[in-house]
Amino acid sequence: MTSNSPSEKRLEELREQAWKDGVAVGRGVDVAGGPIPRKPGYYGQPVVKPPVWTWEIPIYLFVGGLGGMSAAIALAAAIFHHVDLARAAMWLAAAGAILSPILLIMDLGRPRLFINMLRVFKHQSAMSMGVWILVMFSACVVPGLIALELHALHTFTGAMDQFVRIAAGLLVFGSAFFGMLLATYTGVLIGATAIPAWFLHRVLLPIHFGIAGLGSAAALLELLGHRIAPLNAIGFFAAAIESALLVWLTINKHGAADRAIHEHSSGGLIRTGEILSGPLALILRFLGLVPFAAISFLIGALVSRFGWIAVGKVSGSDPESVFAAERL
Amino acid sequence: MIGEGIQSTNQRKHSYVHDHVEVGFFTDPSVCIGCKACEVACKEWNEVPDDGFTWSGNSYDNTGHLGASTWRHVMFLEQDRAKGDQITGLMGLPNPQSTIRDPQSDDPFRWVFLSDVCKHCEEAGCLEACPTGSIVRTEVGSVLVQNDVCNGCGYCVVSCPFGVIDRRPEPLVDAGGAFKCTFCYDRQKSGLVPACAKVCPTESIVFGRLDDLRVRGAERVQQLQQNGYTDAQLYDPTETSVGGIHAFFLILGEPEAYGLPPKPQVPTIYLKSAWTSAFATAIASIIATLLAFAFFA
Repeated sequence: MTSNSPSEKRLEELREQAWKDGVAVGRGVDVAGGPIPRKPGYYGQPVVKPPVWTWEIPIYLFVGGLGGMSAAIALAAAIFHHVDLARAAMWLAAAGAILSPILLIMDLGRPRLFINMLRVFKHQSAMSMGVWILVMFSACVVPGLIALELHALHTFTGAMDQFVRIAAGLLVFGSAFFGMLLATYTGVLIGATAIPAWFLHRVLLPIHFGIAGLGSAAALLELLGHRIAPLNAIGFFAAAIESALLVWLTINKHGAADRAIHEHSSGGLIRTGEILSGPLALILRFLGLVPFAAISFLIGALVSRFGWIAVGKVSGSDPESVFAAERL
Repeated sequence: MIGEGIQSTNQRKHSYVHDHVEVGFFTDPSVCIGCKACEVACKEWNEVPDDGFTWSGNSYDNTGHLGASTWRHVMFLEQDRAKGDQITGLMGLPNPQSTIRDPQSDDPFRWVFLSDVCKHCEEAGCLEACPTGSIVRTEVGSVLVQNDVCNGCGYCVVSCPFGVIDRRPEPLVDAGGAFKCTFCYDRQKSGLVPACAKVCPTESIVFGRLDDLRVRGAERVQQLQQNGYTDAQLYDPTETSVGGIHAFFLILGEPEAYGLPPKPQVPTIYLKSAWTSAFATAIASIIATLLAFAFFA
């Protein structure tokens, strides 16, 4: 070879190595002594497509979960006459109801066509169901918050106030109903897909997202100054469930099929998130360090949402995880 | 079929759309020559944009995989197995120092080409997942994305068990929407054959009535096996929840080598357990919250 270019030299070296040892190894060499591919599947190409979703979706999972479960706390607070707490929780729910569609629309490939989501209702599509849950949630939360504020501020008197009170009650109930579905359906959304690390954990995901939402709502209300025993109890409950889910995730391994949960940076994110919102938040609550427990839970809930989307990208790009899942 | 000339189902005009006949593609790698005319014809007819020139280093395949701007993809498999009753000799001079195999034995090698395409599933994950109703089933049983309806939510991308459909990135034309093979629905409406099948010089891609093609595929497998292709089989997952595909393949060896999932499932089968978990979590959450307020007030 007359060329002195580095690539030609490298090729010569590889030829010599292959001739001498029968094997050529090194960067960019996929073959062993011949043109036979050694990567899994077809040259290691993904079998399914990894998700195209960007940062908006994990943030939406966090905000939607927090907002949705805030409405559930608002309902319980209203029933037990904690009116100020109910108002604060409904404000959080309203913030969630406003931020969630913005985040979802931002993530669309064609944001101007978002309205096409509302032309069909498909029970077999978790995305369609989620859109309708979000619409119903927003339709209950915003008037519900207004009615609750009008009642709490004694804007009206007599029959009109009675009417506002009943309306607030019904709308808060509706908010809680759709809010809890909003917090949990996201687990169905990513659980009912072709991504192995997701569908193998389709039972765990709605529990994780729902409970992380409940704990986040309680934690944020505590940080906003509502340091009361019921919220602390909810915080204990959520942290205990998250700790149990961490154990479940550690035991319920599926080998190569869901290795994205246990390896790579995606696995690191999930573990970090689960430790922060599980055992660490639990210990901090036992020590009475409520604000620290609340912050730990909130950060954990956010990190693990990013973790689950990252897991989808890793698992979806890994042909062996698809083959392994189908051999299970 | 070869020899039928313009009477072949790949060439003659048809009225399948008008008559609501289920159609399909049968793709046979044993006669594919890897010319990539199908890739070119598809891009030309459908005005699919150029998505970049990259050298993969993987045999003669620089296309990579199916995606938003790749609706036909010719795979080039290099395998250390004999093709049919092919007699293989040594590749090059015997190398006594070789550590990988007996230097005096045969060194079988085969090059297999297969043109991959959207499978047009009987139970299509993308169609079920689509929240805008953009993805529909046509009169001929194919699965079609209506570009003007799609808002690019990306849910079909993770719902396809074959990794076919994808969202087209900026700055390509029509970026943001999800794209895949249309089965040349526009051509079919006018009685024309899909561009890839029309142009295939060896009829490795055959277009026609699905029931006819299934018979033809089974016959071809039998024929190949009689001629020493012992690992010839049909890839048509009728046993799984996908329920069969309209674009099915003859493959030599295992589906994994072609990047095809051995047991593809439509993700809707996971809905029941996932929704049960979601409802149970919702109920548990409200009960726990109410109890917290009842007992810790």
